[in-house]
Formats: sequence, C-alpha cells, structure tokens
Amino acid sequence: MGFSDADLTAIWLTVKLASVVTILLLIIGTPIAWWLTRTRSKWKGPVNAVVALPLILPPSVLGFYLLVAMGPNGPLGALTQSLGLGTLPFTFAGLVVASIIYSLPFVVQPIHNAMEALGRQPLEVAATLRAGPWDTFFHVVLPLAKPGFISAAVLGFAHTVGEFGVVLMIGGNIPGETKVISEQIYDHDEALDYAQAHWLAGAMVVFAFVVLAVLYSFNRRGSQTGVVGGY
Amino acid sequence: MNVKHWTTCALLLLLPASLQAGEVSVAVAANFSAPMKVIAEQFQVATGHRAILSFGSSGKFYAQIKNGAPYQVFLSADQAKPQALANDGMVVSGSRFTYALGALALWSADKNLIDESAAVLKTGNFRKLAIANPRLAPYGNAALETLDALGLRTALSASLVRGENIAQAYQFVGSGNAELGFVALSQVWQDGEIRQGSGWKVPGDLHSPIRQDAVLLLKGRRSAAAGALLAFLKSEQARDVIKRFGYRTPERQG
Repeated sequence: MGFSDADLTAIWLTVKLASVVTILLLIIGTPIAWWLTRTRSKWKGPVNAVVALPLILPPSVLGFYLLVAMGPNGPLGALTQSLGLGTLPFTFAGLVVASIIYSLPFVVQPIHNAMEALGRQPLEVAATLRAGPWDTFFHVVLPLAKPGFISAAVLGFAHTVGEFGVVLMIGGNIPGETKVISEQIYDHDEALDYAQAHWLAGAMVVFAFVVLAVLYSFNRRGSQTGVVGGY
Repeated sequence: MNVKHWTTCALLLLLPASLQAGEVSVAVAANFSAPMKVIAEQFQVATGHRAILSFGSSGKFYAQIKNGAPYQVFLSADQAKPQALANDGMVVSGSRFTYALGALALWSADKNLIDESAAVLKTGNFRKLAIANPRLAPYGNAALETLDALGLRTALSASLVRGENIAQAYQFVGSGNAELGFVALSQVWQDGEIRQGSGWKVPGDLHSPIRQDAVLLLKGRRSAAAGALLAFLKSEQARDVIKRFGYRTPERQG
C-alpha cells in the first residue's frame, strides 16, 4: 500500500500552504514582535493578548467566526468582494488568511522572547556608534535574535501543517485547493479506511517528532552559548 | 432511622435494575438530532425511562463503539455502520431495523433562488453548491446520485464544496458562503413547508433510498430501558414525530 495519489496531492498542498504562511508570518510577525519589545504603550498588554488568543480559542470558535466574517455578509467578505476577489472560504487564499491568524502566536512569541532577551545594552552600544534605527535593527537585532527567528519559522510551519479544525470549518474539502493532510486523514478515518489513515497519521507523528527534536536540540545548544531562543 | 427503615433501603438498592425507571445512553446520527429530542421526551413520559442522547457523526460513533464506548443503542445515518458493527460482533443479533428514511432537499438561504423545478441547477447561476462529503455521508452520496440523474454532475463538479457531514453542508448554505446546497429535508422542514429561504424537495426516485438503521448494542442487552426505547421508536407516536420532521418511515414489518 502506501500513499495514494489523493494523499500525495494533500501532502503537496499542505507543504505549499505551510511555506506560504511561514514566509508571510515572518514578515508580519517581526514588526509586531519588535513593537512589543520596544513599546511602553498601555496597549502592549491588549496587543499581546490578541496575538496569544489563538493559543486559547478552540478551532471551532476561530473557524466559525472566520466563516461568518469572510462570508458574503461578513466584514472581511464585503471587503474582498469590493476588491473583486470574491469570498475567501473554500479557497487556498482563505486557508492562508486563516492559518496566519491561527499560527500568529507561534511566530510572534519566539521572536519577541529573543528580542526581549537582548536587553538594552546592544542597542545603546549601537547608538553610541551612530547606527541609525534601521541599521541597528538589521545589523544588530536580527543577527542576535536569529535563534528566535529559527524557532518561529519551524513552529509556524509545523503548526500550520498540524492545523485541522479551522480548515475543516472553512475549507470545503476541495482536493488540491483546500484538502490538507489532516483533512485527508479525517476522511480516511470517518470512511473507516483505517489502513490508509495509518499511513498518513503515522507520517504526521514522525514529522512532528523530528521537527520538535531538532528544535529542542538546537535551542539547547543556543542557550549554552548564552543566546535564548524563546522556546 | 430505625433498623426496619435501613432494611427497606438496603432491599431497594438490591432490586434488579430492570424493575426501576432506567437510563439508556444513545448514540444518535447528527441529522436525526431534532426529532430524537422530541422522541426522548415522549419516551420518558410514556415509560419513565430516560434516554441520554449523544449526537455526532456515524463514522465517529462506529470507531468509538468498536473501542468500548458505553452506548447501548446506536441510531446510524446509514445501514453500513450498524452492519459493520454486527460483523464485528458488537450488536445484539436480530436487533437491526430501519427507523427512518431520509429525504433530500436542495436549499438556499435566498428566498428567490430555487423554484419548484429547481431550474437554477441548470442555469448554473451560482458559484458554490454545498453537499455533504459523499464518501462519509449517505446524504452526500444521494446528492451526487441526484446530480447524476439530472445529467448535471460533470457540469457542476467544479462548483461543489463538501461539508464533513450534512450539518456542515447546511452551515455553508445558511451562512451564505455557498449560494445553495443539498441538505437533509429534516434540517429545513417545518410543518409541511420549507422553514426559511427557498428549497426543492428532491423526488425520492432520483437517488437510492437513505435508510437509517438502529441497533441494540451489546452493552445494552441487559437494559430494559434500551429495549423499551427501540420498541418505542417503532410506535405510532414516534413514527408521527419522524414524519413531522420530513423523514419517511419504513413499511410496517410483520
């Protein structure tokens, strides 16, 4: 036996989704993490809370609100329709938007932790050497916080691969478009095709273990050299 | 409390369960939840037994029952899963019977979209048509058979979105994300008409019958309440409720 063609389609789609989401999340998450590190605003607490919300909310809540919000009668749906993009549920773009929200804390928090751990000293040193804020950010903060970025990328990717409930609620189970690995496993399982389910489910367990094992050994090395990686 | 009272209490506790008003735990296919709630109330009034209902997908119930879930009665959305449980030896033999025949409806939240002849299916004046996943749900399979019978399956296959079950197909349509979809008639039917939006009752000859079977599970074989519930499901009173929710009932057996 092994993977069927439908399984391979789902695997490819999942890898594509997780890659796109990880890249977008690093772009979106970095300024958020930087702002959270530097700000003294009273909004720091609430913004932190919003970023962390997907950790707490069940996928049924996120999926339900995303379906309503992105639907033709919802605010996001109205926006995408007025831009001539149609509505997002049942599309790959819709999954990307949902996954970005769902995986946001897994990317922002490691970066934020790594930036916090730098302390003020490197920034003050850079300032005395007349480095501008952008210069400091790209040549001091980014290199020093690199372990945080690696943790963020790995966790964001892995968490998107592991996404299920939200996709189930807004995906519409379309092969090659929204039917990711976890959906495919669920299909096999519900259809009582346990042998096919075992192949994919077993592969997911191995994948998750390898990712976390690599991440934790990497982070331990990092902390021994005095750099804190966040997770 | 004197010794005599203590003895009475002890004796009461020793009474066999079958003589008391009992409880029966029932796994109910999601599409049948609304009528089953009504039937469970009537059942309690009629017999004193209490039915504790769990709603979910038949496939999940199958896996759970096979792995020791404490359900005593299983009302499936199809015939295949009760049959599979019987093959696995999890069922009291001879207890399987059809309690309802499902009917299919094409439904839209827009009250002008669907007319009596469902012409919209042919004009294709919509982007998404929701169905339940045909691999998992008998209603999804019946929807595909209906499209086949109408000669529209190929033309519409690109518009199909699949809910994991009939409840999700309903949600896709209800939220407007799909303009229309095939749902269980019981979800949109009330007092002899479509409750809201617009709909078309799919004629039963366009798809194979959706026979929903019930079984007495091994864990319920000694429960008087479980036996009573299965008998009550065949009663005229329960059949009336089942019909009121847009199902058909099987011909009287024997």
